[in-house]
Amino acid sequence: MNKKDFDKTLNLTNIKPYGDTMNDGKVQVSFTLPVESGEKAITAARILARKMGLSDPSVVFHSKLDESFTYFVVYGELIHSIDYTTIEIESISIESMDIKEINDEIKKNFGRKLIILGATTGTDAHTVGIDAIMNMKGFAGHYGLESYEMLEVYNLGSQVSNEEYIKRAIELKADVLLVSQTVTQKNIHVQNLTNLVELLEAEGIRDKVILICGGPRISNLLAKELGYDAGFGPGNHSNNVATFFVQELIRRKGID
Amino acid sequence: MLDVNDKSKLNLDFSLVEKARISARSVALETQNIIDKYSTDSIERTICRLLGIDGVNEFDVPLPNIIVDSLKINGDLSLGAAVHIGNAMLQTNSTPQEIAEKISKEELDLKELPIGDSAEIKEKINIILQETIDRISTNKKRRLSYLELYGDKKGPLIYVIVATGNIYEDIIQAQAAARQGVDIIAVIRSTGQSLLDYVPYGATTEGFGGTYATQENFKLMRSALDDVGEELERYIRLTNYCSGLCMPEIAAMGAFERVDVMLNDALYGILFRDINMKRTIIDQYFSRVINGFAGVIINTGEDNYLTTDDAFEAAHTVLASQFINEQFALLAGLKEEQMGLGHAFEMDPSIRDGFLFELAQAQMAREIFPRAPLKYMPPTKFKTGNIFKGHIQDALFNMITILTNQRIHLLGMLTEAIHTPFMSDRALSIENALYIFNNMQSLGNEISFKSGGIIEKRANLVLNKAHQLLMEIKKEGLFKTIEKGIFAGIKRELNGGKGLEGVFEKDIDYFNPFINVMNLNKDGGD
Repeated sequence: MNKKDFDKTLNLTNIKPYGDTMNDGKVQVSFTLPVESGEKAITAARILARKMGLSDPSVVFHSKLDESFTYFVVYGELIHSIDYTTIEIESISIESMDIKEINDEIKKNFGRKLIILGATTGTDAHTVGIDAIMNMKGFAGHYGLESYEMLEVYNLGSQVSNEEYIKRAIELKADVLLVSQTVTQKNIHVQNLTNLVELLEAEGIRDKVILICGGPRISNLLAKELGYDAGFGPGNHSNNVATFFVQELIRRKGID
Repeated sequence: MLDVNDKSKLNLDFSLVEKARISARSVALETQNIIDKYSTDSIERTICRLLGIDGVNEFDVPLPNIIVDSLKINGDLSLGAAVHIGNAMLQTNSTPQEIAEKISKEELDLKELPIGDSAEIKEKINIILQETIDRISTNKKRRLSYLELYGDKKGPLIYVIVATGNIYEDIIQAQAAARQGVDIIAVIRSTGQSLLDYVPYGATTEGFGGTYATQENFKLMRSALDDVGEELERYIRLTNYCSGLCMPEIAAMGAFERVDVMLNDALYGILFRDINMKRTIIDQYFSRVINGFAGVIINTGEDNYLTTDDAFEAAHTVLASQFINEQFALLAGLKEEQMGLGHAFEMDPSIRDGFLFELAQAQMAREIFPRAPLKYMPPTKFKTGNIFKGHIQDALFNMITILTNQRIHLLGMLTEAIHTPFMSDRALSIENALYIFNNMQSLGNEISFKSGGIIEKRANLVLNKAHQLLMEIKKEGLFKTIEKGIFAGIKRELNGGKGLEGVFEKDIDYFNPFINVMNLNKDGGD
């Protein structure tokens, strides 16, 4: 490959992918095309790669997946760049406290245990996420909310209807509601999550609770759009969630 | 399978294995005493199906549900559905299907019929019974003749999941997967199906996170796999799931449509779906009898203990559950060769020597259940968006399968944490497995483990802990054990959970025509 003459200094207003040299734009993509394997398919892949913005694409590998499907691994230099300095992000940018700090904050500001209710709602049966946040053992060494001294935690498990969920929330006088959704096919999670907000508003209790949702395809942005106070996607642990709701409860109380 | 004369590589204490088996047997026998006294709505609906009743009314309510519900309203279910249908056959000279349709249209009321002579009723039933037995036996023979014709693959069977929600789309995916080298296709069910107290009817094209299990969907997929199997000269096995409130019904549908492998765990529904424990334990017995008779391999759900708990800590619960599942299966007439007991590679990849612990567990299961077509499941919990590492995680899993001769190998996916697999994801995963299975094929036979080393110690530790757990379960009895949350830390109340209202005590004259015929038939098995 020819090493083109290009500016090898980092320029944050004009950043590109990095292979082994600044600004080389090197990218690897792989994809399948619904065509028979062969010369024509490879050419098609190269043309498509150029359309993606890869200059001088190289199809380093291709294989037949089935009679009319071919898989490609392609390397190329991306012609596009972006201005990194103008980007603004919308996520929860707070430093998370650890378990001890969280317990102390609760003692200091509330003098009682906070009541946390969690469940995977609707027809969804996946509990790995909610269990990772709530169960004593938590996940990968990050202990769950059940292990926090100043939290009273109720995990209802899976396939809990919104109606049942709200009933328990009222019974238990929950301060914080955690809702987990994993299945997103046909946007069922959006429908289900929205329905919960509507029901909470109908009951007149939406503003009396902190409402949080989580799941592999949940982002804070999506959560806020649906009317939740926050959303937590992959990579979050119990203390991220707890930091948020404790600080949010404090803010609402007006103490902060 | 392991040759029973092979020496244990782990220096396992087989006297302890035997003790564990004895404890598990005692747990199962004690529970069986309770099972034998009860029946459930789904069992009676299953009997309706086995008598040839199928179809739905104009509101999509299955006819077996209509019959059983109407018998319940009249307070007559305790004799079992067979007696009533047999009597109706005698009195009206109609077939069970005709009777069902009349009941559905309210043209016939079972409680209005005079009760005939019980011997004559049984005679009527026996005719249909024989037809059903023949139908299922024919399926078994068909499967065996395919396996004789093409040969049954030695070594691990590659198992993948399809689940688009649309059975016709699933067929395309399934056939493509078969052509890429897959041996078993499982169609994951639509989320929530385990909580339906009826089985949906007909071919379906919509589902959430899966495709509904219906008899027509089984038939369509089985036929598509026969077609591609003939093309490839391999028998492609079909898997579906009995779990939920309709275990025996789905087992019956599987038997009618030559499904080859069925998920059937004695405890799963209770612990993980909060279905009433009595309902599940009673249902699992009849469903396993049907599976056994149909030559189906059952798969059990021990992977769940490892995804909801720490896999390193909970390993002994897997072994304890395997022992219990084995005993319940034996009571239902299944042969060891039909017990696809489950386990999984789910330890935290950052654990030092974690590979050795996984290897110990897999080898131990292989030695303790030498004839079982063990089902080994891939890493899921610690998969991330780093698909490249994920691919390696699967490679390590593949190595353990070939080293320890696991039989049913649920293919790992590099993209497990991201999305349901692309065609290319599946192809890469299959390539991974086939490469390792071939390149390391004989390694398992070549190696032995260091005496007194890490692997040997780990296996014996897990065996010991499993034995302790089983003694505790034996002491408490299964139901109390679950109530106390001793198993996997999950507590369930005896009368809690879904489906209890469908459990009833059998009348002294209760009659299930199929149970003894199917259970005594020890010819079941592949």
